[in-house]
Amino acid sequence: MSKDGSAVFFTTKLDDFVSWGRKHSLWPYPFGTSCCGIEMMATLCSDYDMARFGAEAVRFSPKQADMMIVAGIVNTKMAPILRTVYEQMAEPKWVMSMGACASSGGIFNVYSVTQGIDTIIPVDVYVPGCPPSPEGVLHGLMSLQDMIQKGETRAQRREQALKRLNLFHPFKTSTAGEIKDAGYKAE
Amino acid sequence: MDINTPVTELYGSYFDKYSEIWKNQINTIQSKFSGAIEEVRFPREYPTDMPILYVKKESLIAVLEELKIAMGYNFLSDLTATDEEISPRFEMVYHLLSHENMARIRVKTRVNEGEDVPTATVLWMAANWPEREVYDMFGIKFSGHPHMRRILMDERWVGHPLRKDYPLRGYQLFPDTPAPKADLLEKSDR
Repeated sequence: MSKDGSAVFFTTKLDDFVSWGRKHSLWPYPFGTSCCGIEMMATLCSDYDMARFGAEAVRFSPKQADMMIVAGIVNTKMAPILRTVYEQMAEPKWVMSMGACASSGGIFNVYSVTQGIDTIIPVDVYVPGCPPSPEGVLHGLMSLQDMIQKGETRAQRREQALKRLNLFHPFKTSTAGEIKDAGYKAE
Repeated sequence: MDINTPVTELYGSYFDKYSEIWKNQINTIQSKFSGAIEEVRFPREYPTDMPILYVKKESLIAVLEELKIAMGYNFLSDLTATDEEISPRFEMVYHLLSHENMARIRVKTRVNEGEDVPTATVLWMAANWPEREVYDMFGIKFSGHPHMRRILMDERWVGHPLRKDYPLRGYQLFPDTPAPKADLLEKSDR
């Protein structure tokens, strides 16, 4: 309704509206394992203030968060823990790989270090740097927001694929066997 | 002590102070365990910062016990191994410190691949985790150790990473958590 009482409509797609809501309410889960974690804390604090982008509600339980920031080196022994924490997060979930170590192993090209977390979990945004500056982290966050708005993230593509197969349920996770039976082929 | 004293002079006074103590102790050990001491390396004669005793594996614990109880080397400050790529392949290294004399001594044992070493946990309980680390990194097993299993790497790891023939980039990836073991928490002496 407008001020004079006449009917006014604002039309949009429901998916776009949901994506708009999602991108402004990212709840980060901080997976800070080394010095990138300190830079992530600086980004969250008042000087750079990640709360401007709606990502200030840092949760230390993966069940309450939807964006995982992997900040720092992930050792071989840490890999199953990272995978477990990722699997405990509810869909839709996003992953930001922060820094050279998380993205590619960095300078640690040795037996004990995972060569990039994308060997274990899917990643949406990579932020380069050793460590990245807070501006870089914010740029990564804004890129992730753009991707969420366009529906390009891994979680949203998975959701779309499940909807096409009539398997999507907001509160139930489909098993890999069900998805395979419905004829879904990975890209 | 003057702050401008050269380091060589500092070490010289350190050797002067302790060389008599070391010589007496090593003579006592050599007379007591005749044949067990393979070789003695002394500072100034050999580039080392403390005397090195090469002991036969069979009398290792007896020598360590003598050093701990009779000579006052009460503190095991380090326990590790090296891969020498010769025969015998490994050298076990024990660093001992005497709080009474403030002197240090190093005991070494040569071990072949596949051989067991007697555990030092009978003398120092602190040897528990270093021995597990040596097993993890070099594959040397310790007979009599209370809980001989890997400490740093994943339990499913194949090989021992600090051996010289282990590939530098020998990655092994274990994305899934191993199944919990039922008896793990019941063992008190981990």
